[in-house]
Parts: sequence; structure tokens; C-alpha cells
Amino acid sequence: MSVGLVLVSHSAKLAEGLAEVAEQMAPEVRIVPAGGLAEGGIGTDYDSVVAAVQRADSGAGVVLLYDLGSAQMTAELAVESLADPEAAVVADAPFVEGTVAAAVAAQAGADRAAVVAAAASAGAPDLGEASVGDGADSVELVLTNDVGLHARPAALLARSIAGLDADVSVVLGEQEADAHSVLALMSLGARKGDRIEIKARGAQATQALGKVKDLVERNFDE
Amino acid sequence: MGCTANGVAAALRAAAGAIAEHRDELVELDRAIGDADHGENMKRGFTAVVSSLDESVPADPAAVLKLAATTLISKVGGAAGPLYGTGFLRAATKIGDAEAPDVVAALRAALEGVQARGKAVEQDKTMVDALLPAVAAAEKAADTEGADIAAVLTAAADAAAQGAESTVDLVARKGRASYLGERSAGHMDPGARSTALILRALAEAAR
Repeated sequence: MSVGLVLVSHSAKLAEGLAEVAEQMAPEVRIVPAGGLAEGGIGTDYDSVVAAVQRADSGAGVVLLYDLGSAQMTAELAVESLADPEAAVVADAPFVEGTVAAAVAAQAGADRAAVVAAAASAGAPDLGEASVGDGADSVELVLTNDVGLHARPAALLARSIAGLDADVSVVLGEQEADAHSVLALMSLGARKGDRIEIKARGAQATQALGKVKDLVERNFDE
Repeated sequence: MGCTANGVAAALRAAAGAIAEHRDELVELDRAIGDADHGENMKRGFTAVVSSLDESVPADPAAVLKLAATTLISKVGGAAGPLYGTGFLRAATKIGDAEAPDVVAALRAALEGVQARGKAVEQDKTMVDALLPAVAAAEKAADTEGADIAAVLTAAADAAAQGAESTVDLVARKGRASYLGERSAGHMDPGARSTALILRALAEAAR
């Protein structure tokens, strides 16, 4: 049972397309698109947002993400109208990046507050603060999968270490990215053939390195 | 003297009439700085409100306003649906027996709801520029000895009209129009205009 997502957009296609992208990274999360007007056309429809929230809720609550200003108002109004307004929350986050980050967090079993936090922090992944420092355990790996650390592999990597008691980062050349952040991993731009270093510190650092090593050696199951 | 549920319903019908009559004007205002749908959206919403009232008029003023709110939320769409919907919902919580002081409190609550929903302040070139001075004028009018609903709403409508006029020179800081930056100046805000139209219709219905 994971937190569900509702994608509130002015466009049905935009919401459905984003749901498609996010589902690929979070196959077990209920991601319900709520885009466009009921009779077709561009706009946000209150009734379909309310219905989407109900469908997205499997008991762990719902996080709503939105594209533009009036979609935010519709989303907030829908939440306030729920029998239990505490069951859902609107995340203030970039629509695409926030949805991807929220989906991955929900897939990893994060609670609603953590899903919102993942979405909200998706705006500007700060590679500079990702360092786990010197003296951490580390392993060097070569990416042999076709797409490198692209969206899906990055999501798999972040998920593989979710819940472990370890700070983990991925180093490519001069750049170091927080391995818990899909977007930070993606912005490394690591490609097939690149040599990356995985660093980990913490009680479960060894397990974390093992998980990532397995994943990379399995070519991310591509 | 207060106002019955039927009186509130009649006032909403008058507002619907004013919106329908000015549909094209609102479309044109919105075409200049938005996406040209405000007139049609508002007309669709208020037409639906009238249809609901034709079926049956709820028992008390609060229930009438709540019915209008939920209908507008479902039918108007865009930003105006949630904003007007929230305004009417909040107004419903304060309308009571619709005595003059209740009407003033309802207007104040509507303004607070709209601002909470849209995060707009004065001079952002939004409906707040009509509604905020309208509430202030209504509160002032209510202080006058013997002020009735008509007097309160007329003061609100006059101030709203002036407020809507004042949006012409403003540069938008909220909503779709804000994407235009400086180019949004020189046009009246359609939301401020529709607010002024609705308040004028309510005032005339109260006479």
C-alpha cells in the first residue's frame, strides 16, 4: 500500500503522458491523471479531480501535483472538499520533475509527507551538497547498459537503496550526485561506457554498495 | 429587513442575467490579456446555477449560496471557478438571515476566501481589485444609521466598478495575464469586471 498520486493538468494528454512516464519508474503506485475538461478541451475539471483523488487513495493517502496556477486552485479546492481533508495534500513542485520524484518515493514506501518532500525538492537537485565525504566505502563500476543513468535506470538505482541506513552518492568525474535523488542522478549525464564511483557511508553502507553493484552488473535489467 | 432564500435566489438570477448580457465583453477583455474564455465560462456557470434554482430553491440563504458555489466550481473551470466558488462558499458561512450586517460579513468572507485561494493582493490586477474596495465600501455604508441591504450592496457595487476601472493601468502579477508583463497594462481585468457586474446585479435586485 503506497501513497497515490493525482496529476492535475490543463491537458488530458499532458496528465496521461506524465502518468505514463512516472508509472514506468513506479509500477506499484496508483498514479491517476486528471487533465482537461470533462467534455474535452483545455482546462481543469473539479469533479474529475475529486474522482481521481478517490481512485488514487488505497489507504495511505494521496499527493496531488499540478501544472499551472488554476490547476493548483482546483486541486486545493478538491482536497478541502474531501470527507477527510487530511487524506490528501497538494505538493508545490515542478510538474514533471516533482511527479517523477514523488512516484519513486511512493514506490519506495515513503509516507505522504516524505512523498511531498521528494516532490518539492525536485526543482533544483543540488549536486554540490551531495558529497558523502572522504573515507567512505566505495566501489568503481562501468556502465554497460545502453542508456546509462537515464530516467528508468536512475529510478531503479534510487529505489535499490531506499530504506537502507546509508548516505550514498554517485561520482562521475568532478561531479557527485545524491544517489537517493533520481533527478540528481539523471543530471550527472552518465552514459554507456562511463566509469562511475559509488560511495556510501553508514551502518548499511556495504549493503548499499552491493545493491548498486548488482544492479549495474545486471545492466539494470534492460 | 432580511432577505429570504427566494430573495437570494432572485439576486443570483439577476447576476446570471448580467453575466449573459456581458458575455461578449468579458470574452474580449480576456482575449486581450488572457485566453478569451472568461465570458463563456462564467456564462456557462451562471446558466447552470439558474438551472439548479429552477429545479428547486434550497430552504435558506446559506444553502442557496452553497448551491451556487458548488455549481460554479463544477461548471466554470479555469481560475474563476475555484475563485468564485470559494467566494460563494465562504459567503454562505456568514449570510445567516441575510440582514444588512450579514450581507457585509458575507462579502468580507468572500473576499478572504478569494484571497486565500488565489493569493492575490491589491493591485495585482485581479478580481481582488474590485472586491476589496467593495467590501470596504459595504462596511462603511453599514455604519450609516438605517442602512438596508440595497444601500450596502449599492455602495459595494459602486466601489467595485471603480476598482475594476482602476485595473486598466495595472500590470498583472497573478494569473495568465502576468505572463504578458508590461503588455498587460491598458486593459481592464476581466475578473474584476465580472465581479463588478455581479455586485451591480445583486444591488439592483435588492432594491
